[in-house]
Amino acid sequence: MKYIMLIYQGAALERQRALPEAEQKQVYADYQAINQTPGVTPGLPMGLPDNATTVRVEGGKALTTDGPFVGMKEAVGGWFILEADDLDKAIEVAARVPAARYGGAVEIRPSEVYW
Amino acid sequence: MVAALEQVFRLEWGRILATLIGFLGDFDLAEEAAQEAFAIAAERWPRDGVPSSPRAWLITTARNRATDRIRRDRTFAARSGLLADAGGAMSSEADMIATTFPDERLELIFTCCHPALALEAQVALTLRSLGGLTTTQIARAFLVPESTMAQRLVRAKRKIKAGKIPFRVPPPHLLRERLNAVLAVVYLIFNEGYGGRNELASEAIRLGRALAELLPDEPEVHGLLALMLLSDSRRDARFRDGELVLLADQDRSQWNAEQIAEGRVELDRAHVLSGRGPYVLQGAIASLHAETPCDWAQLATLYGALARLTGSPVVALNHAIAVAETEGPEAALRIVDQLALDDFRYLHSTRAELLRRLGRSNEANLAYRRAMELTEDGAERRFLERRLAELAAGDSG
Repeated sequence: MKYIMLIYQGAALERQRALPEAEQKQVYADYQAINQTPGVTPGLPMGLPDNATTVRVEGGKALTTDGPFVGMKEAVGGWFILEADDLDKAIEVAARVPAARYGGAVEIRPSEVYW
Repeated sequence: MVAALEQVFRLEWGRILATLIGFLGDFDLAEEAAQEAFAIAAERWPRDGVPSSPRAWLITTARNRATDRIRRDRTFAARSGLLADAGGAMSSEADMIATTFPDERLELIFTCCHPALALEAQVALTLRSLGGLTTTQIARAFLVPESTMAQRLVRAKRKIKAGKIPFRVPPPHLLRERLNAVLAVVYLIFNEGYGGRNELASEAIRLGRALAELLPDEPEVHGLLALMLLSDSRRDARFRDGELVLLADQDRSQWNAEQIAEGRVELDRAHVLSGRGPYVLQGAIASLHAETPCDWAQLATLYGALARLTGSPVVALNHAIAVAETEGPEAALRIVDQLALDDFRYLHSTRAELLRRLGRSNEANLAYRRAMELTEDGAERRFLERRLAELAAGDSG
């Protein structure tokens, strides 16, 4: 089963910046370890939601607004794909994502075949 | 005959469904097949007699129906070119020849109580799958519209399938945590029933018995069963003319001696397994409450241990009440005054009682008044008013 793992930073980035250097290094190391975990296909590193542009189409015209579709705090911060046997395995990997322990969260979304 | 089939349904539904889910890997398919098998039984058993092993008969019938359907669907899919690989059909048919059916109720209950499902969905799914309650019955028990309950069950089953929640007993590193979730669901069902909806309390006890049978070495499972049995033994004595009757005022002849005995056997089993968890402690407390005279010293020890374990100030308040009986009101007051329960009326009524016993009337008066501010209920409020009046009379006399 393929799961799309969505990382939400919430307060995590702020809290991580306040960490002692050794712990900050650990955060990077943990993300690297996730990317190298069997079954993981890393996503591209995402820029901050501050720089997002949101597009809607009304009456055939593209309307753009500054910022993410949802609020800044609720915006997706990163993603990766995980191939795992079942949800318990996916939960185990999600729990290793640093954002999840510094006030952010990981959302596990099973992939689906629609067509 | 109808009664015989109904009894088989009550006793075997969970186990039959669990085996079918294990075999078919799909809740809906398994449920449909099981229902179909019971419908066929209703037609055939009156004519041909009840089979020697009703459960095996029902599982085999349900499995055959489900495989027929799968085969039909596959043929259809193959004909319409939808199915690339039909190899899977052969191996699952070969599995069917096995004649013994494993008991997979544990796998089922751990799946139903998976933390990825909302608690209310866990509860509903457990009652539907293990208990065989209908959607209508569950909806009625939880006072929600039937359509809401149906939707809740559909969503839960869909998530199990789409998210691939595993159908298995969790591996050792997850077992403790997941078992706690299962026990919490069972106890929640019991407590829903404790307020008067008896069928839920009975269902929770049935689930507790099944768990105790399936996980005989887990002390908390026996502790929970003991707690439920001992609490339920007082079911008939808890209400008189629709009014709640406090433990001390209950008619003990209405207590169910058989349930008390069974509860104590479960508690002994938990103690033999060195159980010291919250359910074992609560079971032991419920057992002491069923004794006369009350062993306050033992009760104080148990409440103290439970308070340390759970960190619950309400439990600590109970601890203080027991301490008042063994070490006196002063020791109890020291505990009570450390509790952060300012909005809890029983904190103030307990304080008032302790202060009264210590002869500190003015402080007792204030505490009774504070308790009354927080009490709306008629009977309890009248009780506090009487206490206040007695206090005033004692002072002037």
